[in-house]
Amino acid sequence: MDTAAPPTERPRPIVGENSSDQKFIEIKDFSFYYGEAQALHDLRFDIPEQEVTAFIGPSGCGKSTLLRSINRMNDLIDGIRHDGDIKVNGTSVFDPLTEVISLRKRIGMVFQKSNPFPKSIYENVIYGLRVSGRNKKSELDQIVTESLQGAALWDEVKDRLHESALSLSGGQMQRLCIARAIANQPEVILMDEPCSALDPIATGKIEELIHELKKEFTIVIVTHNMQQAARVSDNTAFFYLGKLIEYSTTETIFFNPADPQTEAYITGRFG
Amino acid sequence: MERFFHSELETMKSHLMLMGEKAYEAVECSIQALADRDIDLAEKVIASDDEIDALEIEIDHEATRYLTLRSPVASDLRLITVAIKASHDLERVGDEAHNIAKRARNLILKSKGEYDLLQIREMAEKAKAMLRMSMDCFVNEESEKAQEVLASDAEVDRLNKDNFKGFIKLVKNEPEDTKRYMDLIFISKSLERIADHATNLAEEIIFLTTAAESRHSGL
Repeated sequence: MDTAAPPTERPRPIVGENSSDQKFIEIKDFSFYYGEAQALHDLRFDIPEQEVTAFIGPSGCGKSTLLRSINRMNDLIDGIRHDGDIKVNGTSVFDPLTEVISLRKRIGMVFQKSNPFPKSIYENVIYGLRVSGRNKKSELDQIVTESLQGAALWDEVKDRLHESALSLSGGQMQRLCIARAIANQPEVILMDEPCSALDPIATGKIEELIHELKKEFTIVIVTHNMQQAARVSDNTAFFYLGKLIEYSTTETIFFNPADPQTEAYITGRFG
Repeated sequence: MERFFHSELETMKSHLMLMGEKAYEAVECSIQALADRDIDLAEKVIASDDEIDALEIEIDHEATRYLTLRSPVASDLRLITVAIKASHDLERVGDEAHNIAKRARNLILKSKGEYDLLQIREMAEKAKAMLRMSMDCFVNEESEKAQEVLASDAEVDRLNKDNFKGFIKLVKNEPEDTKRYMDLIFISKSLERIADHATNLAEEIIFLTTAAESRHSGL
């Protein structure tokens, strides 16, 4: 007698231990939709504090969508919705009491293309503070100094703080955007392909900066550059078609990945 | 999808397999030269060592080039590191076969009468089998069979110790033939080293296929 095959469950992603097994950012059964199109499928993993976590995967895999969900940048898009939750430091980013502007100060973002405002270097750094009504010059001076030092830009611009930010090189502009983010003393810095438009020297400076910044901040970076993910991150998540395929320490992912799709992607055999 | 440069890994693997075949053949011929008192065969083994050395240099070059230009990760990276180490082990196997052949030539030219090889033939068969199995495991990427190679090493070590005791006893009984038995002790030691290199190869293959460390199990 023929018997019906048992229903098959969708295979769960391989989620190894991250490097410290902390839960600073908790992604809980998170799905995301652009209208009818589901971009993220039931993601569940945790990102540890004060470490660098890289999201990798081919274009359209959902890594930037997830990154932008963490500080609700996707709210600006019509027709989006989500299921599940994302918590940062124990608080849901979707909590109705969460105010989006303050959320984005707690969770800063650096974009693929640097986006300084057409203002002076000084004013760019303190832009967020000015918006929140902080105008005491001595305090702002100190924050500008500390933020530019933190972004490894101080020595290059300390004598021209009041010149236009648009006079800086591409790499300097990107570091200025990082200084602008850290001036708000965020808990998390999200980076969406921060070096894709930079030359190797500027890229090296940003990577050194990321290595320093993780002493104070939790960093999540989206990158198409696998060597960059391997160099700068402690943990790596590989996504494909909106699903988390594998998440583990970066060393595990790049030395002995568990999933054949991860192996194929990182060795260039995918597609 | 295979990228254009992945074929370079296949080329490197095929060079390693060729090196394994040449090293195996050198061991086989060196022992056959000893057993059959075949001086031409001994000379052939001695001459063939350069080919094995040249392959080691070629594999090293291919591996270094791939590391420099292709940024390998995961199993590709493990293959590169294993190829560098395995080619060195095979080069050492070639050197040991070369040493056996030189001592065999010595024995053929200088020892006219009959003499006992004790357990050298049995040792040679076991060492060759370990080498063959290691290379098969490399070709087929089999870690379980590679474990069997590790288990065989103790038996070759035991045979070498027995040979050593046996030849020392013969030296005592026939002191005029001390040089002959010293040659045979060194041949036995060479076979023991060949088995050690086959064991190293097996450990490297386990690392290649599983990323697990099987060396120095006591650590």
